Amino acid sequence: MPRSLSYRHALREAFDEELARDPMVVVMGEEVAQYNGAYKVTEGLWEKWGDKRIVDTPISEAGFIGMGIGASMLGVRPVMELMFWSFYTVAWDQIINNAGMVRYMSGGKIHCPIVIRGPANGGTGVGATHSHTPENIMASFPGMKVVCPSNAHDAKGLMKTAIRDNDPVMFMESTALYGELWDVPMNDELPGGELLIPMGVADVKRAGTDLTLIAHGRAVITCLKAAEMLKAEHQIDAEVLDLRTIRPLDEEAVLQSVAKTHRAIYVEEGKPFCGIGAQVAYLIQNKIFDELDAPVQRVCSLDAPAIYSPPLEKIQLPYPEVVVAKALSIC
Amino acid sequence: MATALAPVTLHADAPVNRKLTEEDKLALHRQMVRIRAFEQLSLQHYQGGKMAGFLHLYIGQESVAVGTISLLGENDHIITAYRDHGHALAVGMSMNECMAELFGKATGCSKGKGGSMHYFAPDKNYWGGHGIVAGQTPLGLGLAYGLKYKGIRGAALCYLGDGAVNQGAFHESLNLAALFDLPVIFVIENNGYSMGTSQHRSSAFKSCLAERASGYDIDWELFSGEDIYEVRARTQIAVERAHNESRPSVLEIATYRWEGHSVADANKLKYRTKEEVERHQQQHDPIQIWKRHLLAERVATEDELKQMDREAFKEAEEAAEFAKSSPFPEPESIFEDVYWEVDNRTESGRTGRHFFND
Repeated sequence: MPRSLSYRHALREAFDEELARDPMVVVMGEEVAQYNGAYKVTEGLWEKWGDKRIVDTPISEAGFIGMGIGASMLGVRPVMELMFWSFYTVAWDQIINNAGMVRYMSGGKIHCPIVIRGPANGGTGVGATHSHTPENIMASFPGMKVVCPSNAHDAKGLMKTAIRDNDPVMFMESTALYGELWDVPMNDELPGGELLIPMGVADVKRAGTDLTLIAHGRAVITCLKAAEMLKAEHQIDAEVLDLRTIRPLDEEAVLQSVAKTHRAIYVEEGKPFCGIGAQVAYLIQNKIFDELDAPVQRVCSLDAPAIYSPPLEKIQLPYPEVVVAKALSIC
Repeated sequence: MATALAPVTLHADAPVNRKLTEEDKLALHRQMVRIRAFEQLSLQHYQGGKMAGFLHLYIGQESVAVGTISLLGENDHIITAYRDHGHALAVGMSMNECMAELFGKATGCSKGKGGSMHYFAPDKNYWGGHGIVAGQTPLGLGLAYGLKYKGIRGAALCYLGDGAVNQGAFHESLNLAALFDLPVIFVIENNGYSMGTSQHRSSAFKSCLAERASGYDIDWELFSGEDIYEVRARTQIAVERAHNESRPSVLEIATYRWEGHSVADANKLKYRTKEEVERHQQQHDPIQIWKRHLLAERVATEDELKQMDREAFKEAEEAAEFAKSSPFPEPESIFEDVYWEVDNRTESGRTGRHFFND
C-alpha cells in the first residue's frame, strides 16, 4: 500500500534512518535544530536526536561548512544545510578548494564524506540573491558530485545514498517541491528493507516515442505537464527523462532515449550559459549525431538575474507552455 | 664565550621543559637544522629550474613548528597554510617525499599533485598544507570538532600567518571555536609581513593581533618564537587548556622569515631593509639561540652540532638526488585521487560518468 509523503518529509525520513544507522552522521546548519528548520525539513529531529546529532550553527557559512569539511576528514559524516543553496557564495572557498580539492592535492590521502544540501531554486519571490541554481557551477569541478531530485521518492533514496558516499555530494532541493506529495514506499515493502537510489542513474519518468524532454529537479515536473499537453493537444508522445544526478551523469540513458525519439530538448531552471543543457546537447550531437532529426533545443531560465516581480518571475522560469512551443518547433 | 652569550633561561624551568632529556634537546636541534637544510637545498634546486610555481621558505621560523609540534601526542592534530615544509618535517614526514613533491615526482608526498603548498600526512595527524590564506582555519576548527564529537581528548593546532587574521574565515572560526567549546589552538606565526605589506599597513589592532581573540572570549597570548624553551612553555598552557577544558586559544608567536614571501618575491629587500634582515639573522636566529642553550648546558659540543649540520645537509642532498631520479607521474594518474569511490572501484564509482573527456 503506497503512502503519500511530502518531499520535505521524505528527506527527513532519510536523515532519521541514516542517523540511526551510523553514529558518525550529524545534521548541521542554521536553524536546523531548535527552530525545526527554516523550511521544516529537519522538523522533530532535534527533539528525537538531541544536541550532539542535530546542531544549530550561527549564520556563518564559510565557518561552519569549513568546520564540517574538517570534521569529515576525521571520519565524521556531516550533513550540512545551506538554508538556501544561494549562500554557497559565502562558503565558496571552503566548498570548492577544501571539500573539492583536498583529496586530489593530497594524492588521495584524504577524502571528505560530506553532504551539503538545501534548496536551489527560483520562483519564490525572493530576488536574485536567493534564487540561484548552481548545479552547473558545482558540477564543473571534478571531485564534486551533484544531485537534483525531482520528487520525494528520489529525494529520500538519493539522500540516503549521498550520506553513505565517500565523496562530497552537493544535494540540491527545491522549496517549490517541499510540500508536494508523492508515493514513497514503506521500508518493509522494499526488497532490501530500505530505499536507496544510486547516483548516476537517470530515470524515465514518462515513456514516449516522438521526442525526449530531458531535465533535472523541478523542471522534470514542468516537462511532465508539458508532455501531457503535447499528447492531449498535439498527439505528440514525449518521453521525459529525469537525470536525477548531474555528476556522475547517466549518459547512456540520454543516448538511449534520444536514439529512440530522434529529438531532444533540455529543460532546466538554470541559466543557459554553460548550463547542464549545454553539456547534454554537446554529448548528444557528439555521440549520436546521425540519430538526430532536429537540432537539440534548450529551455532555460531567461538569461537575466532572477527578477522579483511575481508575474514576471513566473515567466522567467521554464513553464509547460514554453516547453510545448519549443517541442512544436522541432516536431 | 658560550656562557656570556647564553640567553635568558626562565622558560627552561617550565615543567614541560624540565622533563626534556638531553636526547630530546638534541632532537629539537636536529629537527631545526634539518628544516633549514631542506629549505636551503630546495631554494638551490628551485633556482636551478627544477621546480615550478611558488616556494615559500620557512628559514628563520623553525623554532615555531618544531617547538609547538614537539608538545603533541597521538591525538593531537596539525594543519597549516602554504609555508608548510617545516611543519611537515617536524611531524616526521621524510625529506625524500617532501623534496620529490617539489620536483613534481610520483614519489612525492602528494604524488606530485599538490606541490610545495600542499603537503599532507594524515597518518601523522598532519592535514596540510593549504594554499588559500586562512582557508585552513575552518578546517582546523573541524578537526577539533571531530575530536570532540568522537569523544577523543586531543587538540587541533591550526597555524596561520599574520596576514590571515584579516580574512573572514578566521573570524568565523574564532566565533565557532568559542561558541562550541572546541579544543583548537590557532597559532599566528607573525613574521611581520603579509607578503610585502607590513603588519602596520595591513592590520588594525590595539596591542597585538592575538588580542582580537578577546572579543570572542578566547584566551590568547603573544610571545617570542625565537627560543624553543619559550615556545614550548607557553604553548603547553594552550595544549592543556584544549585537553582539559576543551577550550580554544589564540597564540601569536613573533618570528621572522629570512627569505621573501616566496622565492618569487622580487621586492624582499624593498619592503624591509637589509639591516632589519641581518639583525634577525645575527641576533634572533632560533637555531643559534638553541645552540647556545645546548652548549651552555653542555648537552653537546660545537663539533657535535657541526656534525649534525653536516648530516642534515647530507640528508637534504640525498633527498634531492632521490627526487631527481624519481619518475614523473604517469599521465593516467591525472584521473586518480579525484573521487574516492572511483579510486576504490566501488559500485558508486562505477555508476554514471564521472569524467568528461572525449
